[in-house]
Amino acid sequence: MSEIVIENVSKTFHTKDGTVEALKNVNLSIEAGDIYGIIGMSGAGKSTLVRCMNFLEVPSEGNVYIKGKSLRDFSEKELRKQREEIGMIFQHFNLLMQKSVLENVCFPLYIQKKGKKEARERAAELLEIVGLQDKMQAYPSQLSGGQKQRVAIARALASDPKILLCDEATSALDPQTTSSILELLKEINEKFGITIVIITHQMSVVREICSHVAIMKEGEVAETGNVEEIFKNPRSQVARELIRKDSGSDLETAARATRERIRSGEKIRIVYSENSAFEPVISNMILTFGEPVNILRANTKNVGGVAKGEMILEFARDSARSEEMKRYLRARGLAVGEANDYVD
Amino acid sequence: MWTEEVIQMIIDGIGETLFMTLTSTVFGYAIGLPMGVALAVTDKEGLMPNRVIYKILDVIANIVRSIPFLILMILLIPFTRMVVGKSYGSAATVVPLVIAAGPFIARMVESSINEVDAGVVEAARSMGASNWRIITRVLLVEARTSLITGATIAMGTILGYSAMAGSIGGGGLGDIAIRYGYHRYQPDIMIVTVVLLIVLVQLFQTVGMRIANRLDKRKA
Repeated sequence: MSEIVIENVSKTFHTKDGTVEALKNVNLSIEAGDIYGIIGMSGAGKSTLVRCMNFLEVPSEGNVYIKGKSLRDFSEKELRKQREEIGMIFQHFNLLMQKSVLENVCFPLYIQKKGKKEARERAAELLEIVGLQDKMQAYPSQLSGGQKQRVAIARALASDPKILLCDEATSALDPQTTSSILELLKEINEKFGITIVIITHQMSVVREICSHVAIMKEGEVAETGNVEEIFKNPRSQVARELIRKDSGSDLETAARATRERIRSGEKIRIVYSENSAFEPVISNMILTFGEPVNILRANTKNVGGVAKGEMILEFARDSARSEEMKRYLRARGLAVGEANDYVD
Repeated sequence: MWTEEVIQMIIDGIGETLFMTLTSTVFGYAIGLPMGVALAVTDKEGLMPNRVIYKILDVIANIVRSIPFLILMILLIPFTRMVVGKSYGSAATVVPLVIAAGPFIARMVESSINEVDAGVVEAARSMGASNWRIITRVLLVEARTSLITGATIAMGTILGYSAMAGSIGGGGLGDIAIRYGYHRYQPDIMIVTVVLLIVLVQLFQTVGMRIANRLDKRKA
């Protein structure tokens, strides 16, 4: 049985300027333990969709099932009980600004009628999980964006939810903080087996942690499937567009392993003229020596009417064959120089 | 002219003014706080939108606030007599003061609560909080600083109204100022009472703002 099933859900908003169809006949099913991404440009209806999953927005048509139970059949009180099992975090964190970090995490525990002492003990445990044990008495205004989101995650976990909904949870954060929050989410998914739904407009977020993805456009689901499959073979136009926009500028996780190995290795500058570009020199060199080489920069300059290519390469830190490789490059007519002062 | 009698009268006046202001503020909040919360939550964008209730409260607040206080006092004389048994003196002034202050306070409370970030309310809803819990643990807590600032302003306004009551024998410093300054033409006593009124407003304002700032956790 799927954890979350969205069945023929439509949502129409009536505003002064007419009606807006935020969702049009959406069908999705999310399995237990998934990290499920829902991606789309702004206005695609993804935030409305995620709010339908805990009935913060009641769909105009269709139904939502959590573990097979229809949310429509719940009374107001039962619905509140159900919401305790669905944690949610937000783009702007939405913490109580007048309450300490500890009291923020206690909030959902008080809803569950836990006593002050018990709530505080549990909250302290949760803050330790998110790495903020030394900020318990601080107030949200004293924290950075990433720390605030960690508090929000601890708060969302306090009621022992089975599902965690993340509404653009990393959109207000810089790439490094985004990575660390995503890592934390992944850890939570693995450790507690919580199903995570991630709303985002950044393909890099989906690529980094999601197992499955739904791609939305103008209130409709354009494509769903396994993340790897969609990256390999995007069928819809909007999927292709999102993948193209994802320049890979924050390849953090994937690139980290290699980057770790070649960080602060020897750097060289090579310059080649037009004719030496016929042979794939760098590829051949890597194949020959079997060592990774990092291209830090590459561009082409017009020098006195002749196109000159310039590249900054970085060898692996522990490379034993860098001298041989330099000789290899020179032998193919490339100018090779030191570039250890290069910083990116 | 600074006889012991006059000094005693001014001291009594300060006491009466403080009594009227503080009592009216307390009773004013007993009406205004629930009314303001009700206005904020039944609003279109509120927690429990309800057009009928909102409209009724809205009209009541507007009617009361559009009657000048001096006229309201006179209009309410029969009611005041019913409640306290007489229509003059500081206890009697409290009645119209509360009626006038209630809707005024309600408007301030409404605007303080409307300032609370809708996202925080949504987060509380997502955690399964009931509306009552959201009102008492989220809205009133997050709006705390603004509510205290509002209360400071409300006290200043009520103090001003209480002085106005002096013109129909309401007691307090305002009464003294009008009797000596206007009817007996003794500006020195009037000036002293005016200075005292200014000092009282300053005092309320300073203390109120200091409390509001101390309790505000948004400042790092």
